[in-house]
Amino acid sequence: MIIVGEKINTSRTRIAAAVENQDSHFIGQIAIQQAQAGAHFIDVNAGTFLERESECLRWLVETVQNAVDLPLCLDSPSPQALTEAMKVHRGEPMINSISLETERLEALLPVVAGQPCHIVALCMAQTSMPSTVAERVEVGSQLIKHLTERGVPLERIYVDPLIQPVSVDTQMGGAALGAIQRIMAEFPGVNTICGLSNISFGLPVRRLINRNFLVLCMAHGLSAAILDPTDKQLMAALLSADMLLGNDEYCEKYIEAYQQGLITDR
Amino acid sequence: MAEFNALTESVIKGDIKSAVAETQKALETGQDIQSIIDDGLIRAMDDVGERFSKGQIFVPQMLRSAKTMQECMKLIQPHFKEGDVKAKGKVVIGTVKGDLHDIGKNLVSMMLEGAGFTIIDLGVDVNPEAFVEKVKETEADIMGMSALLSTTMPAMRHTIDALKEAGIRDQVKVMIGGAPVTDDFAREIKADAYAPDAGSAVIQTKKLLGLS
Repeated sequence: MIIVGEKINTSRTRIAAAVENQDSHFIGQIAIQQAQAGAHFIDVNAGTFLERESECLRWLVETVQNAVDLPLCLDSPSPQALTEAMKVHRGEPMINSISLETERLEALLPVVAGQPCHIVALCMAQTSMPSTVAERVEVGSQLIKHLTERGVPLERIYVDPLIQPVSVDTQMGGAALGAIQRIMAEFPGVNTICGLSNISFGLPVRRLINRNFLVLCMAHGLSAAILDPTDKQLMAALLSADMLLGNDEYCEKYIEAYQQGLITDR
Repeated sequence: MAEFNALTESVIKGDIKSAVAETQKALETGQDIQSIIDDGLIRAMDDVGERFSKGQIFVPQMLRSAKTMQECMKLIQPHFKEGDVKAKGKVVIGTVKGDLHDIGKNLVSMMLEGAGFTIIDLGVDVNPEAFVEKVKETEADIMGMSALLSTTMPAMRHTIDALKEAGIRDQVKVMIGGAPVTDDFAREIKADAYAPDAGSAVIQTKKLLGLS
């Protein structure tokens, strides 16, 4: 499982304050904590700064990469902010995300094809959100086609099936799981990724739902997730599920995480 | 008012079968249509909205109640006569240009409908011009805008600007909401109200129209 640490997002009050005050020490600490907890990429999102997003995202890229030796997940729906952030990023970033929405697709395709990077392909159609498994697979397939035609290898594409709340439609869990399974089967080598919190919108005890959803996604083939790696219960669910699915030889990662105090069941 | 308690309870529970039966009974016994709606259905939805805002009930329960009310309304509608039912106010609502998210907007529409407002839902990715035109055409009391992306929040400002340019900004109250939207942002773009959830949207709408 590829883990993207989600904590550096300005929709969190303390992160927004740290960006506003250019508190590079605080941001650096959050990055280090996530790296130590097992993140492979550190997500950076400065969306709440609206007109100043590009500038703040660039600052976050430089600040986080000064603190940890990891690639970042550049998180914005804005092609402009992503393009700017890529310019200052060292190594191969994950671009989060491209979709079939015309403006986003046309602006980002040349950029992501022009330099080595990982790309999140969000299953958002041109004018609507998909709802069924078939609609998600259709949008995902079209995105994969656009990207591979530009020379992006499947291994660098991460299809996000678009997670919608089960509180509004109880079929949404199955729709995401079915899409993950089919995309992984139809495009061997491709990755699937998702965030976890949308699934539990509108319901109580959301962390429990998110945790169980992660495990179900993994059982359907999910290969990457955007989450809080410092959440020890969540990481316990992730590592134990990965082990149970036969992806952890000698149960090494699971045992190591236990010995390092990174997982707990309460 | 007491005679609608069973109906109100059924709507709160989201028990479609018994709510429909209670509505049928009320119609057959010649109860006043306005009273069935106000003292039976809307009273129930007010309660549902309040419990939702307090975190006592959750989205699926709210949806179930709204659906129950809709089924009851279907039964009542054929009995409407001209001037029978007073609408509380008209709300034009939509997700702003560039944004395709509709879940939050739909929840707000449903709760406002449940509270007795007339909803004109423009859907998603709505241009400022389309908002303006519909507000003019319907003489709406409220214009509700939703945005789920920080990148589409500026479209809220542009839509308010478009109202000003059309010379109708003072004829309609503007309410905004959506995950990245804040009270501060509402003040900054001079919206009249900010609603963090569907229950609050009802409360804010009533306040804006002087109904509470």
